Amino acid sequence: MSNKEKYIQAFVETLSIEPEETVGLKYQEIPNWDSVGHMGLVAAIEDAFDIMMDTDDIIEFSSFEKGMEILRKYDVEI
Amino acid sequence: MIDYSKCLEYEPYAMDKNQKDKFLTECLWILTRYHYDHCKEYRKILDSENFDINTVHDYHDLPFLPVRLFKEYDLKSIGEGEIQKTMTSSGTTGQSVSKIYLDKENASNQTKVLTRIVSDYIGKKRLPMLILDTSALLKNRSMFSARGAGILGFSIFARDKLYALDEDMQLDINGMKTFLEKHKGEEIFLFGFTFMIWQHFYKELLRTGYRPDLSKGILIHGGGWKKLISEAVSPQEFKESMRQVCGIRSIHDYYGMVEQTGTIYMECECGHLHTSVFSDVIIRRPYDFLEADVGEEGLVETVSILPKSYPGHVLLTEDCGTVLGVDDCPCGRKGKYFKISGRIKNAEIRGCSDTYAEKF
Repeated sequence: MSNKEKYIQAFVETLSIEPEETVGLKYQEIPNWDSVGHMGLVAAIEDAFDIMMDTDDIIEFSSFEKGMEILRKYDVEI
Repeated sequence: MIDYSKCLEYEPYAMDKNQKDKFLTECLWILTRYHYDHCKEYRKILDSENFDINTVHDYHDLPFLPVRLFKEYDLKSIGEGEIQKTMTSSGTTGQSVSKIYLDKENASNQTKVLTRIVSDYIGKKRLPMLILDTSALLKNRSMFSARGAGILGFSIFARDKLYALDEDMQLDINGMKTFLEKHKGEEIFLFGFTFMIWQHFYKELLRTGYRPDLSKGILIHGGGWKKLISEAVSPQEFKESMRQVCGIRSIHDYYGMVEQTGTIYMECECGHLHTSVFSDVIIRRPYDFLEADVGEEGLVETVSILPKSYPGHVLLTEDCGTVLGVDDCPCGRKGKYFKISGRIKNAEIRGCSDTYAEKF
């Protein structure tokens, strides 16, 4: 699986959405991406790429696109 | 308005009294003005006191709201459509609950400030987290009780977490063994509410004889001592007892309330509760509400720069406390440090995490 596929997969599984719904998605935009869902999403992404994000990055992780930008800091290119 | 993105960058414990007085006065003045313009009920209250904000040059002189007003009225400075989350104190039957309405910005600022404050005690790296509570708490996602919100808020410091209690409030000894084996030799972050820890963790360890090695643990706990005082457990005894059953040495109490989530007051290594730059306590004499001296017990007023979606930036609590000093705690943190001695007499019995105990 490519990094992009893994990244999308994390959203799909933890937030119960379709792959098409991920692009442009923002935190708090759908009921499942609330603060509880957020911690689940972060855990899934960390597992998928074997990284550990800083607390500040977890807070800044506010959209599907922002997440890709943050992951670059951890040498994950999507 | 307050430039939160800038303010939230400040070091939590670096400003001395003069700087902090200026900073808080500026922020709280702006918030008072803002809530006056955006919350009808708040405006009525201030008008009924003939309050004129232009006469105020120090945040000590801003009007406080009794914290129980948030139980009796829906106080908010945002429209219905902007409500993102409603936080409640976890009341059960017969108790009225506070309702705090948060918009996106306010909720996110709470998380940011909590992170800044707690990082000063446990560091920036995320740790394996043992939650001394039940996983059943977070089932209803739209209504957060104080306990659920506390656990969720502190979960940001976790990278792998385990609830020590199962859904029936039983200690999950096997789960804990596996978890601690997996993270052997690592620092473990423990979080829970004081009474729950005593009742369901400490007492169960005693009863079962299970002695986990948590000598590398850092425990943060809050939610008040009221129930434990009735069991005659002092903070010293709590610490000593916990050390005996699991070897834990680093234990920090915190003082906070659902009405001002985020700006919590952490207990330092010297046993003192600390105000961060984002909030303050003012101790007031109960008969004339003038500010008490250092070392003199009185009613606790709490101010916080975070409440923007509801007028909760200046509150009079029903707690008693004493300021112990300013800027000179041996732990090195600047700001006021204080202790809490209990709830005022005749106050309605409440406490954010204590309501569970009513079921016993």
